[in-house]
Amino acid sequence: MTVVAVESIWLVVLVPFLGFLANGALSFTRPTATRLIGGVGVGATALSFLLTLGVVAAFDPAGHEPVVVTLWTWMGVGRLSVDLAFQVDQLAIVMLLVVTGVGTLIHIFSVGYMREDPGYARYFAYLNLFVGFMLILVLGASFPVMFVGWEGVGLCSYLLIGFWFSDKANADAGKKAFLMNRIGDFGFLVAMFLIYQATGSLSFVRVFEAAPQAFVAGGRLITLVTLALFLGCTGKSAQIPLYTWLPDAMAGPTPVSALIHAATMVTAGVYLVARTNVLFAMAPVSSFVVAGIGAATALFAATIALKQWDIKKVLAYSTVSQLGYMFLGVGVGAYAAGVFHLVTHAFFKALLFLGAGSVIHALHHAYHHTDAAADPQDLRNMGGLRRAMPWTAAVMWIATLAIAGIPGFSGFFSKDEILASTFARGHEAGAFYVLWGAGALAALLTAFYMTRMMLYAFHGPNRTGEAEGARVHEAPWVMTGPLVVLALGSLTAGALNLPAILPGAGWLHHWLEPVTELGAQYVPEAHLAAATEWTLLAFATLIALAGIVGAVVFLKPARLVRAADAVPEVGLQRLLLRKWYVDELYDATVVRPLVWLSDRVFWRFVDQGVIDGAGVNGSASIARAVGWIGARFQTGQLGTYVFVFVIGAWLILRAVVR
Amino acid sequence: MLTESLVVSAILFGIGVFGVLVRRNAIVIFMCIEVMLNAVNLSFVALAQQLGRDGQVVVFFVMAVAAAEAAVGLAIMIAIYRHRASVNVNQINLLKG
Repeated sequence: MTVVAVESIWLVVLVPFLGFLANGALSFTRPTATRLIGGVGVGATALSFLLTLGVVAAFDPAGHEPVVVTLWTWMGVGRLSVDLAFQVDQLAIVMLLVVTGVGTLIHIFSVGYMREDPGYARYFAYLNLFVGFMLILVLGASFPVMFVGWEGVGLCSYLLIGFWFSDKANADAGKKAFLMNRIGDFGFLVAMFLIYQATGSLSFVRVFEAAPQAFVAGGRLITLVTLALFLGCTGKSAQIPLYTWLPDAMAGPTPVSALIHAATMVTAGVYLVARTNVLFAMAPVSSFVVAGIGAATALFAATIALKQWDIKKVLAYSTVSQLGYMFLGVGVGAYAAGVFHLVTHAFFKALLFLGAGSVIHALHHAYHHTDAAADPQDLRNMGGLRRAMPWTAAVMWIATLAIAGIPGFSGFFSKDEILASTFARGHEAGAFYVLWGAGALAALLTAFYMTRMMLYAFHGPNRTGEAEGARVHEAPWVMTGPLVVLALGSLTAGALNLPAILPGAGWLHHWLEPVTELGAQYVPEAHLAAATEWTLLAFATLIALAGIVGAVVFLKPARLVRAADAVPEVGLQRLLLRKWYVDELYDATVVRPLVWLSDRVFWRFVDQGVIDGAGVNGSASIARAVGWIGARFQTGQLGTYVFVFVIGAWLILRAVVR
Repeated sequence: MLTESLVVSAILFGIGVFGVLVRRNAIVIFMCIEVMLNAVNLSFVALAQQLGRDGQVVVFFVMAVAAAEAAVGLAIMIAIYRHRASVNVNQINLLKG
């Protein structure tokens, strides 16, 4: 029985926007009506989720053609015609369920987390707006419609990072995120222009149909197109070289970090590559760049995460690293594996962020109560929290084991599939073994730094402070409830796509086949012998265990001192703590020259000198001079006027009459 | 006959121009303008003898305009006189740049 037709997919998108309007109005009229505001915020997302379930039930999974629902013609100019159309296919459905499902849980969590914030209505309005734009991004049936969502989520990201904008650091972080995303968006736009020029269309269905004729596989044009698209991905999905905004984006409320900067928006780049898989598959060079950047980011970000003290920064770099894995997956042509990791990551990373939010919430209240100025996000100020917060500790351990890749947990299967797919391509070029090695090393580091975070936060002696430690308490059920649901997801999501050697394997893989089969013509699936696969699985398990055991053996939470008493790090530790000085490097090579150029050349010289000076004041001076000269002729003496007039008339007559 | 008429017209016009140029009393200047208008009227009438009646029609228009002008102009002058007790154009020079 189908309750909702696939054609009513637009309802799924509309509902969050209505929620945004309602909460936006409430933020002006009744900002203190928290029950109503929370109800609208959660209700809109939950309704969207239920409608999605209805659409999924009505969707025919056997259909190889996507269902395109056209609402109206958005713009028709000459040969260009872009419809406002939504495309429902297997890939979109996976993303829909993640966005609305995880989104709803995070909305519920926010009800508790943001309860005492004066911007409660504004917060939920932005959050609903984000969900709406994210759904447009996921459902858009053409590049421009997707771009609308792409820009919209960027806007919401900016608004929510700078949610507490009265603190300049937060506003700056929002600005940084927005600007770095603009660099990526430029790539997306260039790619759209090139695609339109080559294929004469921008709708996904037509472009993918026309691609084999319009582009030469492996040619220069398709490589350029896909690299430009990937530039967009590096901005949105925080990959080298545009990743530095994501750690700063932790300035926003923690549920925002969970929803936007872990589970959904930052995975838009992976989604874009998976969506346009046929284009990337036709450009092996670009695909290798995607995989290379992904592996490099995975490893690089993992090293930084080793030494961060801010619990959210650890998770932020972990997110960057995990996004690197996803790009490694889609880069080696394992599109389903990349999307699989996207799904499992959405569960366990949202869980980790919400768990961290629960911890920060508790510490913030404790410190607030005693008026202490200590940082509630610093791992050095935590310790032993498992006694006060057993639920949070338990679910976060589940997520940690999932992300570390312990067999049975979801992250194990998705990460292993990416690594196995990379390894399988090794017989084509040795470079794929290097990528696999980088991925495996990053997996080791991941297991290590996640265990480090857990040990420092939840184990060992409590460093919160005497008075504060007693006040730390478990979060209310409205916050722990979503954590438990996400923990179940982190435990079981691996079953979606079991390795080929297990029974019932590759369900997600088969589900996504109608989408990925286009690309599969160009990148044949690499298969591993069962023995190799078992060896890789065993190796991955070994790596994960090594990371966890290593952290337990080497790290001594008992020796840690509070952040206020800590001695500065030296050497490599300092290098990692300061994030390899990449921000400083960008600051010196890009930001400061640009600021100098803007200040001295564009502002002082061009704007103040040329435009204000020569243009505005100059034309005023000319007008005044001309007026002064003209005024000399206005003597006020009638006789003069008549005299000049007579002379003039006489001259004209003499010229006209011969 | 035409030549004589035009010569008279030219002399009258010249007198008018001369008067406007040299006199300072606004009312006299005004009368000189009337002389110029009537000089033109004379040439219109004279030429109409040869070229058809259109010229005579124009004369009526000129007379109408001259009458309107006289009404407005004299009113302005009375207003100025009330204000400054003089109609000497040398003293009426407020509109200088």
